[in-house]
Amino acid sequence: MKRRDFLKNTAASSALLTLGGLSLSSFDNLEDTTEVKKITILHTNDVHSHIDPFPADHPKNPNMGGVARRAALVEQIRKEEKNVLLLDAGDIFQGTPYFNYYGGELEFKLMSMLQYDLATMGNHDFDNGIEGFYAQLPHAEFDFVSANYDFKNTILDGIVKPYKIIRKDGIKIGIFGLGVELQGLVSPQLYKETVYNNPVEVAQEMTRILKQENKCDLVICLSHLGFKYSNDPEKICDVNLAKKTKDIDLIIGGHTHTFLDKPVIEKNSDGKEVLINQVGCYGINLGRIDFYFDKKNKAASGNGRSIMV
Amino acid sequence: MVKLRKYNRFFIQIIAAFSVFLLVSCVGNKYYNSKIEGKQIGITGQSGEVKSIDAFVAPYREHINKDLDNILAYSPETLDKSKGEWQTSIGNLMADMTVEMGNPVFLSREKKNIDICILNHGGIRSILPKGNVTTRTAFEIMPFENSLIVVELKGTEIREMANYILKEKKPHPLNGLQIIIDKNTLTVKSLSVNGKPLEDSKSYYVATSDYLSNGGDNMVFFRKAVASYDMNYKLRNLMIDYFKKVDTIPVIINQRIILE
Repeated sequence: MKRRDFLKNTAASSALLTLGGLSLSSFDNLEDTTEVKKITILHTNDVHSHIDPFPADHPKNPNMGGVARRAALVEQIRKEEKNVLLLDAGDIFQGTPYFNYYGGELEFKLMSMLQYDLATMGNHDFDNGIEGFYAQLPHAEFDFVSANYDFKNTILDGIVKPYKIIRKDGIKIGIFGLGVELQGLVSPQLYKETVYNNPVEVAQEMTRILKQENKCDLVICLSHLGFKYSNDPEKICDVNLAKKTKDIDLIIGGHTHTFLDKPVIEKNSDGKEVLINQVGCYGINLGRIDFYFDKKNKAASGNGRSIMV
Repeated sequence: MVKLRKYNRFFIQIIAAFSVFLLVSCVGNKYYNSKIEGKQIGITGQSGEVKSIDAFVAPYREHINKDLDNILAYSPETLDKSKGEWQTSIGNLMADMTVEMGNPVFLSREKKNIDICILNHGGIRSILPKGNVTTRTAFEIMPFENSLIVVELKGTEIREMANYILKEKKPHPLNGLQIIIDKNTLTVKSLSVNGKPLEDSKSYYVATSDYLSNGGDNMVFFRKAVASYDMNYKLRNLMIDYFKKVDTIPVIINQRIILE
């Protein structure tokens, strides 16, 4: 009886499969196979409450940065491009008196005006305690993701989620967050019962959910782990994360205030290329990564994808 | 019941077949990433400006500026924490001012003197630019709400502190403790506190921040504190008081960590 069922099942599926195949090829003939979709990822990290540009006589970064200028740049790119995502890799708080006086209210309001889509939490975002962060959230019209901070026993439970899936022009983009180990970096009185979990294990779980289960076309990790630690090469960082995981397309980093000449390419555990980018700090730079999509499976045909940095 | 089960089975078959159909259709609509372009865009004066954003910030800015722009002192040079392997002029200044301003408070409260000061290199958040030094400068260098703590440590922990500094290889602001290092092995050769050799069993009073005294930056030697005294004095306020006290910022380049 069971065997007969199985056979019947198989027969039915095969029939439909053929049907599906047929309809598929007819679709292909009608549709333009050369159609290209473009997703533009813009990103910042470690802005540290830098709202005004550095003064013109500043010895290190004269006349650089400034949120009104960043807004102009983002506005311009949004005019030129259809599918723009604006992301931040953490440490939004702390660094200028704007934070000391207003506790992060202005930072969140301005990021909302710039239409940020998503951010992750850096260690300094705990500087007014987990309650201080929570208190400013009504000013943020964007979400926070963090997958390796377990907020179960804190006020942020259910508010900061592990990942978010965003659809843009038919392209499914899965974004998850990773935070740096808080112990030794942030006072326990500030982060309370936030539990830090192993970033590599959590990243593997996230890519399984985003790539395998949800079939995301693009998987992005918003990381505040730091780019690389030359004094401690084994310490988890974006470069090690890229090597030890798979199915991540882009790691947007922060924490180490690393100014890269250009995005860095690493090979993941499957031997595939992962892009890592970090744009220094203080809103001096804006990172831009454009992903082009078409219907030709270049990886299957052996051509792979081209990366121009 | 039997009929219902048969119906269920049929239903499952339909679902299964439909799923396969969906899967096949999905694959057909799938997009593949063919090309990636990456770059960094500097945000400069040429980037233009959204006037409404600036107007939104203006009242916040004006309120803060009124508070911050009063001139407290003058700096003849730019002090930069990235200039120096084992000590920096800004680190020396911070450690020295912490003892200079903190010791009178500690002495009046506890009738004891501060022997050593250690702060963290990472805690210096800005340069001290050449020219007028304002309240804003203090906020930029020391944005954190950290306060001054004096911790009583035994000589053995001071030894651990020295080893920590060597392992970290960072020019942490340091006062009172002199570390002589063997330049070949990069190990501690000798330690002295204010000119006298370190004694393992002796108590030393170490000025630091509450953040570090709680083991921040992995300064775990503070966990073995004999006692600790909260001075209820924010390090930024200490800096502002110091700037008010001095007319010209000294450029302190003497060595606390010496390679031999």
